[in-house]
Amino acid sequence: MTYSALALLKNALTGNRNWKPMWREPEPRAFYDTVVVGGGGHGLATAYYLAKEHGVTDVAVVEKGYLGSGNVGRNTTIIRSNYMMPDNTRFYEWSLKLWEGLEQDINYNAMVSQRGVLNLAHSDAQRDAYARRGNAMRIAGVDAELLDRSAIRELVPLLDLDTARFPVKAGLLQRRGGTVRHDAVAWGYARAADKRGVDLIQNCEVVGIRVDNGRVTGVETTRGFIGARRVALAAAGNSSRVAAMAGLRLPLESHVLQAFVSEGIKPVLDQVVTFGAGHFYVSQSDKGGLVFGGDIDGYASYAQRGSLGVVEHVMEEGLALFPAFSRLRFLRQWGGVMDMSMDGSPIIDLTPISGLFLNCGWCYGGFKATPASGWCFAWTIAKGEPHALNSGFRLDRFTSGGVIDEKGAGAQANLH
Amino acid sequence: MRIPCPFCGERDSDEFLSIGTVGPARPDEKASLDAFVDYLHFRDNPAAETREHWHHVHGCRQWLVVSRDTRSHTISAAEPARRSAP
Ligand SMILES: Cc1cc2nc3c(=O)[nH]c(=O)nc-3n(C[C@H](O)[C@H](O)[C@H](O)COP(=O)(O)OP(=O)(O)OC[C@H]3O[C@@H](n4cnc5c(N)ncnc54)[C@H](O)[C@@H]3O)c2cc1C
Ligand SMILES: [Zn+2]
Repeated sequence: MTYSALALLKNALTGNRNWKPMWREPEPRAFYDTVVVGGGGHGLATAYYLAKEHGVTDVAVVEKGYLGSGNVGRNTTIIRSNYMMPDNTRFYEWSLKLWEGLEQDINYNAMVSQRGVLNLAHSDAQRDAYARRGNAMRIAGVDAELLDRSAIRELVPLLDLDTARFPVKAGLLQRRGGTVRHDAVAWGYARAADKRGVDLIQNCEVVGIRVDNGRVTGVETTRGFIGARRVALAAAGNSSRVAAMAGLRLPLESHVLQAFVSEGIKPVLDQVVTFGAGHFYVSQSDKGGLVFGGDIDGYASYAQRGSLGVVEHVMEEGLALFPAFSRLRFLRQWGGVMDMSMDGSPIIDLTPISGLFLNCGWCYGGFKATPASGWCFAWTIAKGEPHALNSGFRLDRFTSGGVIDEKGAGAQANLH
Repeated sequence: MRIPCPFCGERDSDEFLSIGTVGPARPDEKASLDAFVDYLHFRDNPAAETREHWHHVHGCRQWLVVSRDTRSHTISAAEPARRSAP
């Protein structure tokens, strides 16, 4: 069924009794051309682009929980392409372009909202750094504007610009950045992949990867063995565990990141705003709740929950920018497991095992990457080599010295 | 998460800094490039009980070895790092 205004009207007139489930619930078959491990945003997008761009439809996505139960449904929904390292700028800009056409492409309302992402600078040095970043973006054809205080005052009247502990000096605005409803991204890609013949297999945990003579032959799962010519790993926070099943060790550490939502209020904030003197960012959802977050907790974790110290810290940073928020009640909080890589950049690559492909290292910024990650991973799987857009995101960069360290933090996962 | 510092007693984990699992040791300077790359960038990243180095940076400033389960955050032991050094 194609979703449209007409379909809405027709179904409304018949009491909304005729909507069909968005995807099938097939039993796993004995063999697929390609098995994608992980039904998060990246796994689902990979399956979709394999089918759409490369005609590979004999594909299963194998998910241990329900679709979207991982980070794709836990993130704070921000999309942007304000990166400075050329490999990142190119890749994330391609992702933003795919977001811009996504809803038409997959016939699904993902509430892509290009409301703008404003990064605040709180010192002269930081303003210079943002000017440099903005220039790097503009040279690469990405939109960026450096705003002064009066322009910021007009854009975000709620900000404390006059008495703040960390005075706002300037801001870097990417107007094409914004937010996307995260669950809808999982559901939209799932439905579009299913429509093209991809089997989505939920409640099916991969517990082993079978390799014969250096070639992958399938995956052992809680629902039996599934044979495959190619296996593509997109397990985000659990990447190290899944890769270890094939004897691979990765340049990753899993860390917890928390997210927070306040009670719903009338519209007060039109953009995504980030605090440059610490690590805090906030936007307002269409339901009215403020959605905000900060830094990772800083210790290795697979627990999907964090510590109260970080909760307090994030609240303090938020109030340093928006004192008015002190009157709000905060409603919900949760955590997700981040695959923090050693240079803060992702990996989309082949592996030393023939037929086994790897997609991981997204840190806390992989939601915005979802379309390009799926697109590039599908290319890499179908062609057996990386696309130019992910040619820098290779596993051997840690040996060759070609690390992409956007923050210059070095090989310390909890600093990226 | 609360960490039982052998010097200060049970304290909020916010007072500590984690730098990850104990070991592997830095390779000998004549070791191969691969050995150094592995040491610097690659991690076991286990979902299990691990031994980690934590610094009681806002307390006694001692380095500890903390036995902690990364799935539940349950801490079974914390001892001075110098005593358990390899
Ligand atoms: C609190 C929070 C805020 C964030 N905010 C942002 C943001 O604002 N912007 C942004 O760009 N990014 C953000 N991120 C990061 C982003 O969410 C992730 O980088 C991205 O979602 C990871 O890719 P994914 O969607 O494929 O992951 P996931 O949805 O986690 O998908 C991986 C899937 O693999 C499955 N899996 C794991 N092991 C197995 C197995 N053995 N067998 C079968 N299946 C398995 C998991 O169940 C999971 O569903 C945030 C993350 C968190 C936690
Ligand atoms: Zn102490």
